[in-house]
Amino acid sequence: MSLREPRLRPVLTTSITLGVAVGVFAIVFGVGAVSAGGSVAQACAMSLLIFTGASQLSAVAVIAGGGSFGSAVGGALILAARNSVFGLTMSRRLTGRLPTRLLAAQITIDESTAMATAQTDPELQRVAFWATGISIYVFWNLGTLVGALARSAIDPKKFGLDAAIPCAFVAILFPHLRTRRGRQAMALGAALCLATIPFLPIGVPVLISALAILVAVPVPGDDVPDSDVQVTGELPA
Amino acid sequence: MTWSLILTIAAGAYAFKVLGLVVVGDRPLPAALERCLALIPAAVIAAIVAKDTLSVGQHLQVDARLAGVTVAIVAAWRKMPVIVVIIAGAATTAIVRQIAG
Repeated sequence: MSLREPRLRPVLTTSITLGVAVGVFAIVFGVGAVSAGGSVAQACAMSLLIFTGASQLSAVAVIAGGGSFGSAVGGALILAARNSVFGLTMSRRLTGRLPTRLLAAQITIDESTAMATAQTDPELQRVAFWATGISIYVFWNLGTLVGALARSAIDPKKFGLDAAIPCAFVAILFPHLRTRRGRQAMALGAALCLATIPFLPIGVPVLISALAILVAVPVPGDDVPDSDVQVTGELPA
Repeated sequence: MTWSLILTIAAGAYAFKVLGLVVVGDRPLPAALERCLALIPAAVIAAIVAKDTLSVGQHLQVDARLAGVTVAIVAAWRKMPVIVVIIAGAATTAIVRQIAG
């Protein structure tokens, strides 16, 4: 696939857009990590090595609040667990030998998986995964460095940036609405998560939402695109 | 903040990522399981959107974010570019928060 191919453009544009949006939160993380007593090097190492935003923010919050080693690790890893189901999803779509897969693992996160599965063409799925994963890796680490050095950041809430990530996922998720099963899984997943948020530790409700995939257990055959929903398989960028 | 904390979380986070990607790999799975796995992003990302829109910590909360995400849904439905969807959603959230706050 040539980089000049027109259908690649919306994928690459969106991957950079997502990278920038995520980079803003990396600045917030960088500030938080240094405020919690970490060095600039430690803040950057967290983003380079952990590369799971929710886990990093959680660990910093626990440490800043005087929490123990165990509670910091436990909270962070519950939030990281969802990447294992994203790994399962991507394992069906990625090609390549073990070294490539070990590299792909580090960028197997919400955004790269969502972008990949929003494409219908298998080759485009792989391009979307790598482009989004690499873009977010670069911007997440740049943002962390900027935040750690600056030590004071804008308040993301003031600019509505706390809604930017769910809004981006809304745009990415639209292709999943084209099948009945996709709509059922989305509705059930969201409902399971909201219903369990008040009762379960932070991070667990998102894992519970994966149970919604069980809507696909009954007999196959009806999972064809609806004729009334026109989806090109590409993002409307 | 200690280096052992950072490295422990990094090892655990990477292990979760590798688990699905490398351990299962691309070997064939039963058809029903494949159909279920294909729905993971729809189910889980929808849950993340719901959580980020309607909750703070362990509390459900309706605030300006809901207005922003609703605008984003309309923009995505109208096939607006992703960048427009994000900016429209964030701007709506900021404006509603300013007015309501």
